[in-house]
Amino acid sequence: MHGLLKLAWVEIKLLTREPLTLMFSFALPLLVLLVLGGIFGNQRIAHGQFHQVLTMQFYVPGYIGLVVAPIGTISLPVHLASYREHGVLRRFRASGVPEWMVLGAQFVVSVGIATIGGLLIYALGALVYGVGPPKHVGPLLLAFIVGVFAFSAIGVLLAGVLPTARAAQAAGLLLWFTMMFVSGTAGPLDLLPGWLLLIGKALPLYHLVFALEGPWNQTGTNAQQLLTAVVVGLVATLLALRVFRWE
Amino acid sequence: MSRPVIVCDALQKRYDGVPAVKNASFEVAPGEIFGLLGPNGTGKTSTVECLQGLRHADGGHVHVLGLDPQRQARELRRRIGCQLQQSALPDRIRCGEALDLFASLTPGAADWRLLLEQWGLAEKRQASFHSLSGGQRQRLFVALALVNDPEIVFLDEMTTGLDPAARRVAWDLIREIRERGATVVLVTHFMDEAERLCDRVAIMDNGRIVAIDTPRGLVEAHAGGVRVTFTTDLPDVSRLRRLPEVDEIVHEGACVLVRGSGAVLARVAHALVERGVTPCDLGLDQPTLEDVFLRLTGHEMEE
Repeated sequence: MHGLLKLAWVEIKLLTREPLTLMFSFALPLLVLLVLGGIFGNQRIAHGQFHQVLTMQFYVPGYIGLVVAPIGTISLPVHLASYREHGVLRRFRASGVPEWMVLGAQFVVSVGIATIGGLLIYALGALVYGVGPPKHVGPLLLAFIVGVFAFSAIGVLLAGVLPTARAAQAAGLLLWFTMMFVSGTAGPLDLLPGWLLLIGKALPLYHLVFALEGPWNQTGTNAQQLLTAVVVGLVATLLALRVFRWE
Repeated sequence: MSRPVIVCDALQKRYDGVPAVKNASFEVAPGEIFGLLGPNGTGKTSTVECLQGLRHADGGHVHVLGLDPQRQARELRRRIGCQLQQSALPDRIRCGEALDLFASLTPGAADWRLLLEQWGLAEKRQASFHSLSGGQRQRLFVALALVNDPEIVFLDEMTTGLDPAARRVAWDLIREIRERGATVVLVTHFMDEAERLCDRVAIMDNGRIVAIDTPRGLVEAHAGGVRVTFTTDLPDVSRLRRLPEVDEIVHEGACVLVRGSGAVLARVAHALVERGVTPCDLGLDQPTLEDVFLRLTGHEMEE
């Protein structure tokens, strides 16, 4: 356990020196919050189940999803693929560092990044748009940790499938931008044509966004979406453990 | 030889059906500096990677410290240290951080600050891996290989990329590793390195081990003797042929080449002085592992 935490701590220090991940998980979601807030304004929603909720209050949990998603689509796959490419994983292996420790440290780091990124989104939302605190903190935290777990597993899976860091970067960016536009974080989902909505539902961010929105603005856990995220996480973990390569 | 710490029996390794290591067999005794010498791409690294449990052998039996490197890889890696030919650290990690990290990842680790000092990296403690020179990286990797106080240390081409002065320093440090009681397996394509450093050397060529012995034993058995050269205006030197150490004399113009073995230089010199001939350019050409390699394989090392 001491080794895992030490490794995680070194990884966090490395992150602060190599800011790509921080840009995707911190800067971009904050930018999206400000830009979309500027475009759509912050009126109260006039109808439906979120009647009277501030527009930005409605969207903030989705933006927290935007903090979590790039960890699994870009940061982790690029990071691990480049570790493999350059022989860092080989170095760990030769020193007898167990695999669970290397991957576990990445998960700890992911939780850390997601937590700070999520708090930043909430702080900026509260400051600029008067976003209120989540209604159900427990279920929100549960959905949040499930989301980080699912996307971390996806990240390890992608790192196993994609041969190089460059390939991971290309595939990750494509996946990330697609998800951002069809998962209810870039404007109302009602505006999407049916086929795009279908793509959205096939991708994990859509479900995470709903799993986070439920406890933040509504009556607690969004069971169906939460369960979907759990299943995605478990399936991705099983696949990841099969396809992940150290060399 | 006391009970070997490494037993490698008829090891075979293939990549996509192409054999890289063919029936390699050798044993390494505790406290030895054992060299695997041969040109690049000849199966040396594949051989040690099978010993380290980093690759699966396709045939043969391998035991390291009594353990099976494939099935008991984790237990084995705690007790061995590996400096790998192809590996890296994250670009932004600092020298000291890396050693501290690997020390805390291995139970029973040595004092990493001491290693930093011993390997001349103390002033680079805060430098990022990215900013280190080739030689400094090599030394850091060796320090990482020693961080768990290993019983066997594998060094794969550790002096490649070092300048001559740094190589000599590295040689001293390798001897020091052995002084502290560890066994060293040294993979190298430098003849002089193997000759000066190793207690025994296995010469590898094209996936096969072609000879194993002490450097001196290899030279005596395979290098084809000593050559003595001098110039003289004596018209006939064939009497030297009577000396028991002399095998052959080539006399062209004023130049004489004497092939022989053992104390041929002293005997030739003595015989010449007796006849009142004292050549100023009496020279000795000691055969080296280079000659051994050429004799055994029919080709030069560097090709």
